[in-house]
Amino acid sequence: MPDISIDFCGVRSPNPFWLGSGPPANTAYQAMRAFDAGWGGVVWKTIGDPIINVSSRYGSIDYKSERMIGLNNIELISDRPIETNFLEIAEVKKKYPKQVVVASLMVESKQAAWHEIVRRANDSGADLLELNFGCPHGMSERGMGAAVGQVPEYATMITTWVKEMAQVPVIVKLTPNVTDISFMAAAAKQGGADAVSLINTINSLVGVDLDTMVPRPNVGGYSSHGGYCGPAVKPIALNMVASVAHNPKVGIPISGIGGISNWKDAVEFMLLGSTSVQICTAAMHYGFRIVEDMISGLDGYLASKGMNSAMELVGKSVGKVEDWGNLNLNYKVVAKIDAEKCIGCNLCYIACEDGAHQCITAAPRPVGDLRHGTPAKHVPHVIEEECVGCNLCALVCPVPQCITMEEIDSGRGSMNWRQLQEARGKSPQCSMEELLAKVAKA
Amino acid sequence: MLKQNAPRLTPEQYEQNFADINPPLTRSQALEEGSRCLFCYDAPCIKACPTGIDVPQFIRQIGTGNVTGAAKTILNANILGHSCARVCPTSVLCEGACVLNLEHKRPIDIGKLQRYAVDHVMDTLQLFTPPASNGRKVALIGGGPASLSCATELRRHGYNTTIFDANPDPGGLDTYGIAAYKLRAEDAVREFGLVRRLGVEIRSNVEVDASKLPELEREYDAVFIGIGLGGTDDLQIPGEELEGSCDALTFIRNTKEQSFDKVTVGNRVAVIGGGNTAIDVVTAARRLGAEEIYMIYRRGEAEASAFEYEIELAKKDSITFVWQSVPTRILGRGKVEALECVKTMLGPPDASGRRGPKSIAGSEFRLDVDMVIKALGQKRKTEFLESISGLKLERGCVQVISATMQTANPKYFAGGDCVNGGGEVVDAVAHGKTAASGIHQVLEAAASARRTHA
Ligand SMILES: Cc1cc2nc3c(=O)[nH]c(=O)nc-3n(C[C@H](O)[C@H](O)[C@H](O)COP(=O)(O)OP(=O)(O)OC[C@H]3O[C@@H](n4cnc5c(N)ncnc54)[C@H](O)[C@@H]3O)c2cc1C
Ligand SMILES: Cc1cc2nc3c(=O)[nH]c(=O)nc-3n(C[C@H](O)[C@H](O)[C@H](O)COP(=O)(O)O)c2cc1C
Ligand code: SF4
Repeated sequence: MPDISIDFCGVRSPNPFWLGSGPPANTAYQAMRAFDAGWGGVVWKTIGDPIINVSSRYGSIDYKSERMIGLNNIELISDRPIETNFLEIAEVKKKYPKQVVVASLMVESKQAAWHEIVRRANDSGADLLELNFGCPHGMSERGMGAAVGQVPEYATMITTWVKEMAQVPVIVKLTPNVTDISFMAAAAKQGGADAVSLINTINSLVGVDLDTMVPRPNVGGYSSHGGYCGPAVKPIALNMVASVAHNPKVGIPISGIGGISNWKDAVEFMLLGSTSVQICTAAMHYGFRIVEDMISGLDGYLASKGMNSAMELVGKSVGKVEDWGNLNLNYKVVAKIDAEKCIGCNLCYIACEDGAHQCITAAPRPVGDLRHGTPAKHVPHVIEEECVGCNLCALVCPVPQCITMEEIDSGRGSMNWRQLQEARGKSPQCSMEELLAKVAKA
Repeated sequence: MLKQNAPRLTPEQYEQNFADINPPLTRSQALEEGSRCLFCYDAPCIKACPTGIDVPQFIRQIGTGNVTGAAKTILNANILGHSCARVCPTSVLCEGACVLNLEHKRPIDIGKLQRYAVDHVMDTLQLFTPPASNGRKVALIGGGPASLSCATELRRHGYNTTIFDANPDPGGLDTYGIAAYKLRAEDAVREFGLVRRLGVEIRSNVEVDASKLPELEREYDAVFIGIGLGGTDDLQIPGEELEGSCDALTFIRNTKEQSFDKVTVGNRVAVIGGGNTAIDVVTAARRLGAEEIYMIYRRGEAEASAFEYEIELAKKDSITFVWQSVPTRILGRGKVEALECVKTMLGPPDASGRRGPKSIAGSEFRLDVDMVIKALGQKRKTEFLESISGLKLERGCVQVISATMQTANPKYFAGGDCVNGGGEVVDAVAHGKTAASGIHQVLEAAASARRTHA
């Protein structure tokens, strides 16, 4: 049996799955239910001076029959008194010593205020602190949350204040609403952060109600921009995690967040550099029970890869993310359609015809119905010499494994964009194609 | 009076028995079902629809909440999109062609989605605003699907159209012939509203006979023949005149025209035939309360022309199939008391390649029944058709040029069952469309020829 526990800044967690700071992690009652269900950690709903929320608060994006593939919220931090939250953390820690409780914190940008809240967090027995520098709405207008996370100097300064008091490792939670999140991660590191977590929600306006013409969510005829999360944000979060993992100026553990719904998503985050992962929307959608499959799925995956520990996954794919300029321009794949599997929907044809490079042909389908005999199978054809290998047809094909992208031997050695630029400098009379063709195989 | 009538049911039981066999989808069912559609390009369902409805497009429109747009996509291709949604044999048409079948998945429920879209607008939609009159008039004989479709298309070009229909209500067999659990007469009549709103005129209760033809030819620039077929062929056996022996179309018409408790049905019923009409009769008889029902066909199940799903329906209704048998006499004193049959075997293939049934001597048997309903093929309306000068018929079907549906008499065009010898509603609609463009083409060509001469 592989070991799915992790070590996060010296804190052991029974598994990498933590509830992210948000409504599912609001109370002791929820935290205990989550631990009973199998969660490894809980990042408490951000604690600070209690706020008042509006109603309604959420809006979402559905896709076809799938509900809530993207979720938007205009909720603020905890609306419960600071002392209640810390008392409950202490209670939970006492009952669940092996599980990880992270106290998420946010107060006004004053040293005394931060010192005070960190002191109380220390007393609560929380295993880790998470500084919420990410909330993109409501709090930022009051000089907190993303207002801090968007200014590197502030982020460094506040992290320094916290580190002056903190008795446990400190995670800085980053906002994605910046130009370069790895720069912000470096700023947190400079302030002494032991780890970073990302991403918080993305600035969003989720939609407009076409009947009332009021944007969603509707608060008495008006709305406000909010934060976007859920499955739809996963690729954005993955890219940001990878860029932080890549940045040599960071080099501290990452807790990955954003659109994680199952063990596969979690493994992807780990491969790109996350040690733990946090889940918020999926737990809001389906409840705590989703962790069951996360645990057994991760376990099965590790076993299938012959790995002994979940820690082996962390960062394994980071080195496979390269600058575009380092990619081999002589690598070539072309689309192959499996006529046996093809059902003749023609989606590849029209995608390539209108949306790509006009490399698939399909005969016009004859008129006719089953009363007049079974029609011949209708299979489009790839013109391989023309195919640029973009993947589009394989992506739109509804049949698993029907269109595959197969590597073809270009007969050439490897050459990337940087090397090509060099070669052009040396032989300006040659076209790029000639230069690429000249590269001999190693 | 029959020897023994089927027991009376309560009004609720009749309604339950004749309830929609394909109940309408709710909004969320439609969205879920529609979301399975792949939006194929040059989709096979379009190609398998005789009227070429852009199925993926209308399903997409349902998905975006543009249900009126979906209905327009359907109705612009097929004005009888409502009845087709409910009566088409979709498993051999659009749904049979759905690519999901090839993946051994359930095809999209196209019929139900189509109904969902059209139901939304059926009582209100003005499909298009007909242009000002182009000064030309077309008469249409018969008020069935073929004529309704032809008249609709002609209105797009500004033709004045007048339908002459022998029945009190429009719709042809949609109103009077299709099984009530698929389509009620009142829904077929409601559907006609879509056509009426386009300015199509209808003269109901007018049977056009030979004497009226000269007037039509004089008054109208073209005449469309959409008269369908006639009653059921006779059995040509003794006893057909007995009370309780009747014709399938009359029997079904009764279920569509009268309240169910008024329809005469025996307690034990023998139905002769192996086609879809025979199925409609046995299933109707069961729903009316008949307790013992036999369907007698001279060949075997495999040879029966009824669609597989129709036979399945009859099986679910616990009909007793009597394959490979032909009736020889109906017995009774004034009223039907029994049907005598003889077993058959399949002989050598005939000219059409089908193996003809041959009676087996000495295999006679008798079924005690109160009613015998013949559901053989339909008669052709040869007498009327022969009264139109120059028309060419083959085996009673009107011969036409398929691109224009023009008959051998250039003034006349034709479509529907009277041309194909009995097809589906959707075939009649398709014929009507082709005929309309044929009429337009021919009359335009004639007009431009006149202009160049002048
Ligand atoms: C019992 C039965 C069940 C069927 N079930 C189905 C089904 O489930 N699905 C399906 O798709 N198809 C079904 N069909 C077939 C379908 O009904 C026909 O193909 C379709 O109605 C043909 O349309 P039409 O316009 O050619 O003729 P019809 O619908 O027959 O209409 C002809 C009209 O012309 C009128 N008429 C005839 N002669 C004259 C005249 N001289 N003057 C004035 N009016 C005249 C008639 O009264 C009638 O109203 C069924 C047919 C039958 C008989
Ligand atoms: C309703 C709601 C409230 C949230 N509140 C907080 C919060 O108080 N503090 C915080 O750091 N993040 C908060 N988040 C952000 C989540 O912790 C998480 O970063 C984000 O939702 C992305 O993860 P997901 O896609 O799994 O939901 C909240 C998210 C939601 C949906
Ligand atoms: S991979 Fe791209 S270019 Fe090649 S056939 Fe598919 S869609 Fe066309």
